[in-house]
Amino acid sequence: MKKAIPFLTLCFALLLSSFVFRPVSEGYKVGDKAADFKLKNVDGKMVSLADNKTAKGYIVVFTCNTCPFAQAYESRIVSLNERYAPQGYPVVAINPNDPAVAPGDSYAAMQAKKYSFPYLQDESQQVAKLYGATRTPHLFVLTRKGADFVVSYIGAIDDNSEDPKQVKTKYVENAMADIMAGKPASPSSTKAVGCTIKWKRA
Amino acid sequence: MGPTKVILLGLSLLLAAPSFAQQVAVIKFPELQKRLTRPTDTTYVINFWATWCAPCVKELPNFEQLRTTYANKKLKVLLVSLDYASQLDKKIKPFVKQRSLKSEVVILNEPDPNSWLDKVDPKWSGALPFTLIVNNKTKKRVTFEKELSAVELKAALQPFL
Repeated sequence: MKKAIPFLTLCFALLLSSFVFRPVSEGYKVGDKAADFKLKNVDGKMVSLADNKTAKGYIVVFTCNTCPFAQAYESRIVSLNERYAPQGYPVVAINPNDPAVAPGDSYAAMQAKKYSFPYLQDESQQVAKLYGATRTPHLFVLTRKGADFVVSYIGAIDDNSEDPKQVKTKYVENAMADIMAGKPASPSSTKAVGCTIKWKRA
Repeated sequence: MGPTKVILLGLSLLLAAPSFAQQVAVIKFPELQKRLTRPTDTTYVINFWATWCAPCVKELPNFEQLRTTYANKKLKVLLVSLDYASQLDKKIKPFVKQRSLKSEVVILNEPDPNSWLDKVDPKWSGALPFTLIVNNKTKKRVTFEKELSAVELKAALQPFL
């Protein structure tokens, strides 16, 4: 038993360090170059940012079927596409949830949604990790700079998830106004509450 | 204390339970902040959750368990619900009653998380669940933007107790 105690202490310290000192992937910050991806759309076709040659940018939103906040924002995401796609900034929705954890986010369940913009499955969750998405909905505005896309805004859609009529500040619309005027978005990043992405169980 | 007395005591506590019906206060951020910064030697475990958040609901019993595990320690669990305050009677109160939650539950009624998330912790991106363990006397502070198992929670608390 005398030997067991230091051993247990060591085990305990290791256990503690495994999550206290775990390096956290930072994800993108405003100004970073956004990597392109190739993800499967609900129509079975693969979609990349490079596909749309005329896009001035994209409103990339990590969202899903199952999160109540994503559901609350669904129609507002549809409106964003209606408003900004004609101006060169279409919406690309990406569902990063592991269907093994959230069955309502299976590819088949995603296909029940009939959006006018791509709804992509991030099966490996690599895109969500690369971008630094943590929750649904989590929104990234990208703008074209030559052959690349640069992150110009990260964050919330607006300041009231419950009731669109109570919204006072439309964060993403303000950011889009700045971006389309050729200015940096101000604020360029905001925060919102959302459902944690359902990561694959290790 | 004889076994009969223990049983009687247990029984009376059981019967008395409904009278402990949990109050759920609806608060604004400044009030929460006041509580987060109170200069006491009590360790606060503050869990941000919501009834609609599956991993939150799953880990709630681990927080409830702390009340009994550390009954003799200066530890307080505060469950901060981010459900909409408009759902208080319809959803939150019935949930608290049904799960017999004994830790204090409050609803944070602030529609714009961008205005206060950073003040809880700049590292918090806004995903739920989120847990903050803080002791303002010893200035110890640790946060987790993920679901915590009973073992992880216990390990996280160890340096505080």
